[in-house]
Amino acid sequence: MSLYFLCFILFCVGLYCLLRKRNIIKIIIGLGIIEYSVNMFLILIGYRTNGRAPIFARNQEISNMVDPLPQALCLTTIVIGLSITLLVVGLAVRIYEKYGTFDITKIRRLKG
Amino acid sequence: MILIFFVITPIAAAFLIGLAGRYVKNFSDSAANLTTVILFAASLYTLNLVNTCHILVYKIGGWLPPAGICVVADGLAVFMLVTVNLISLLVMIYSINYMNSYTEKWKFHALYMLMLVGMNGVIISGDLFNLYVFLELASISAYALVAFGTEASSLEAAFKYAIMGSIASLFILLGIALLYSYTSTLSMFDIAAVLAGKPRAFLINFVSVLFLAGFALKAALVPFHAWLPDAHSSAPTPVSATLSGVFIKTLGIYAMLRVFFSVIGATSNLLLVLMVLGLVSMIAGAFLAIAQNDMKRMFAYSSISQVGYIIIGLGCGSLIGIAGAAFHLFNHSIFKSLLFINSAAVESQTGSRNMDKLSGLAAKMPLTAVTSVMASLSAAGLPPLAGFWSKLIIIMALWISGHYIYALIAVLASILTLAYFLLMQRKIFFSEPNQELSGIKEAGFGFSLASIILASIIAVVGVAFPFLVNSIFVPFWNFLGV
Repeated sequence: MSLYFLCFILFCVGLYCLLRKRNIIKIIIGLGIIEYSVNMFLILIGYRTNGRAPIFARNQEISNMVDPLPQALCLTTIVIGLSITLLVVGLAVRIYEKYGTFDITKIRRLKG
Repeated sequence: MILIFFVITPIAAAFLIGLAGRYVKNFSDSAANLTTVILFAASLYTLNLVNTCHILVYKIGGWLPPAGICVVADGLAVFMLVTVNLISLLVMIYSINYMNSYTEKWKFHALYMLMLVGMNGVIISGDLFNLYVFLELASISAYALVAFGTEASSLEAAFKYAIMGSIASLFILLGIALLYSYTSTLSMFDIAAVLAGKPRAFLINFVSVLFLAGFALKAALVPFHAWLPDAHSSAPTPVSATLSGVFIKTLGIYAMLRVFFSVIGATSNLLLVLMVLGLVSMIAGAFLAIAQNDMKRMFAYSSISQVGYIIIGLGCGSLIGIAGAAFHLFNHSIFKSLLFINSAAVESQTGSRNMDKLSGLAAKMPLTAVTSVMASLSAAGLPPLAGFWSKLIIIMALWISGHYIYALIAVLASILTLAYFLLMQRKIFFSEPNQELSGIKEAGFGFSLASIILASIIAVVGVAFPFLVNSIFVPFWNFLGV
């Protein structure tokens, strides 16, 4: 049970990082932290104590196995997270070229 | 069987455009237009099909539900498919002219097709995790499309949008993970069945909050709206028309409706929250729109306000409220796309979107002026036009369910809508012409065709509605069957 709470704390750490940090790169790192916490949560959901990998083989009695579905989901979310991170880092590079800073309080041309 | 083509066709188009668009001139234009025409025809065919058999299910690869993945479409989903594909068809028609001012046009078309895949996928997926994947597919292409101009402002807007959108998606993913841990299934029907058999746990309320935050961020309801005006005003106009017309509705409102009304089940507390969110968006959006100088920014705030109407209709929880919300969703996507097309026409001819600098364009661009007046009046809810009927139904639903104050405020917000649109019309089209703006003529063929089609939809739906209310609308809301 404590593992689940640690996961939520990691989620909140990432959220704090997103909300409080001014540097674009740190914001992207915060996004990564949230993503990892959700991935870890998915793995925890599927985990069974002393469970084994869910591979079906002949002459084997499988009594306790981990749930494979969240692991498959986790793979998908990792790929999605990768593409988001790539896009956002690309945007950050272009923003630095245009504005010459990573500080979000100085990147404010859009108002109102 | 036809359902899966709504995903396959645009994905194939995106792939082909990515391969050949760089080398073959005009390939990306024609491929994208052809795809949207095919999809629109297919959505009309599906509408016909769903009339007879009520719900369409396709099992991908022939695998049965617990192991395989299903795509499902009921009345509401097919209605959304028609709306999305109609708007994307018209947007593609006018982007033939508009996107000539950008380089690397084929990248725009490839990304747009991917966004279409995401939107169609969200509508037809019968499985929560698929919904998440399609939602992300649509969102990522939307972030890239907002940044398409790569000017300082569009990069800033896209970064803001990307961060907020990713937070929303992660909230939704966490909600899906928690629901899976509680029910051990991802299919929407199975989750609903399992939840019906168990007593309502605290976890479900927590999941509801996560979903509400996620989808409200995607739909840009007022406390979560900060990204929308920036993204809409800095994106290329075809993208703003799609984002405002169908994107925020598919990813925000439709997905919210699916999850809350057909999976988790709407409680009275949730409906109250939706009502309050809708009310706040309606008023705040309208007041913020009055203060804007930039045309597209005003339309963006107006979208927030109109989405408030849709959400408040959903918040009634009654069938008439949901039907009114769905009808207003359709009307809003028509008139808001038309307004964005008009702003693109004005911008491409005069090079400016600032309302203080534009004046007296009615004589030079009569078609744009007339169609934008029609769209504005439909948005404000003046009687013969389509927007009037949907607002009337929403206000009636509020009145019937006993929310008299909400109904009154909805009427007042409608007057505010009229005020800011008339202000816009007077400044841009019906004022003394400025000397600097001479030699301006009507924008290209694509603009005219798309705006004539949209304006005639507004007029025809509005005028025909009272005669067709019993033959089309009543069966329509019966088959919504949420």
